[in-house]
Amino acid sequence: MAGTAVRGRLTWQVATVAGLTRETPSVCTIELEPPDWAGHRAGQHLDVRLTAEDGYRAERSYSIASAPGERLSITVERLDDGEVSPYLTDELQVGDELELRGPIGGYFVWEPGDGSPLMLLAGGSGVVPLRCILRERVRTGSDVPARLLYSARTLPDVIYRGELGQHHDGVEVSYTLTRDHPPGWTGHTGRINADLLADTAWPAAANPVAYVCGPTSFVETAAAALVGLGYPPERVKTERFGATGGP
Amino acid sequence: MSPISRGFHRRRAPEGEAGRLPPGQYLTEGFPVLSAGPTPHTPLANWTFSITRSGETKGSWTWQELQALPAETVTVDIHCVTRWSKFDTGWRGVSVDTLLDRVEHDGSYVMAFCDGGYTTNLPLEDVTGGKAWVAFDYDGKALAPEHGGPARLLVPHLYFWKSAKWVRGLDLRDRDAPGFWETYGYHMYGDPWREQRYAGD
Repeated sequence: MAGTAVRGRLTWQVATVAGLTRETPSVCTIELEPPDWAGHRAGQHLDVRLTAEDGYRAERSYSIASAPGERLSITVERLDDGEVSPYLTDELQVGDELELRGPIGGYFVWEPGDGSPLMLLAGGSGVVPLRCILRERVRTGSDVPARLLYSARTLPDVIYRGELGQHHDGVEVSYTLTRDHPPGWTGHTGRINADLLADTAWPAAANPVAYVCGPTSFVETAAAALVGLGYPPERVKTERFGATGGP
Repeated sequence: MSPISRGFHRRRAPEGEAGRLPPGQYLTEGFPVLSAGPTPHTPLANWTFSITRSGETKGSWTWQELQALPAETVTVDIHCVTRWSKFDTGWRGVSVDTLLDRVEHDGSYVMAFCDGGYTTNLPLEDVTGGKAWVAFDYDGKALAPEHGGPARLLVPHLYFWKSAKWVRGLDLRDRDAPGFWETYGYHMYGDPWREQRYAGD
């Protein structure tokens, strides 16, 4: 694995909120202007730190939503019993300042030079780093074929729905809706399983590389199914966000 | 000087646990999962735990042999670099001291190695003296695969990525070298009380 070691110290900097986009009722994209951003690779994350008036501080990690070279953004889902995410999705205003540091992580990253077909599997807001990868693919003019299978509760819960609906040569996007689907829905329904992946994933013979991001149960199921289809485990990169989601 | 986020405030009560939660951590009741790649499944019949040095196996135990060693029950607080902490987790396993006592060994560091290719580096003194275990039970039951079963390293005084899941052995070293996450910018030592999350912290 060609991990570029991040050996420099990651320092906190004060970024200005430059834009807010409501993606779904519980999900917001936050555009950030840090004074000194050295760039990032598709799939990395950053840390946000908030300080309350009484000095209390909380930090959380968020996947970077923007492609390298674009204005930096993160996409945050509100966790109702969370401490940081409800503030970010509901209270934050354009012009506010917050502290961040990054980029962080070198494992769950995609390099545009990688010619392998991309198999992207998203569970809920796990789509965020995968959207970053898709944007990077378009931005760099990569022609690697890419498939995204996105599992969401309902159609209105789909993040970046408009953007993912735009046609790009070589990109196929499909959905599975786990809780409810509209009349006439022709996409997949129900939770991800081995049969669905057998129908939708690149065959292992195509030497694909898979990126799987979502809640633990989604990732466990999806990654095991891909290995069952013959994907070498080292070609299945996973990121679970249950760990940062709070209790 | 950190900007103040108006309207942001502590949501979780400090729980009267002052001094027990490392800086930047929050308490969770669940047991979140964080690992890179698919969960490996090695049959116990093929499982061994080895202590190696410069390519030489100094000691090796099958699953049955490990189970036959004196085990300890420990209750510890654990702290993940992704900021959750969990108090009073109950484990059963064999102390790393018990394993090292049975083999000739020297060196100053160990590299834990695992099914799936995961590695993590630790000073030898951080896995000896009653500070580390090869744990196979959690909460009175066999450790689940997604939490590192059949056995994981348990080094609770360091961030939990050092408690390598699916551990298969320790390689003794003279010099420290980065393991999996350490190569990607995480701290070489990982002391939660000094918030050593990333290189340079």
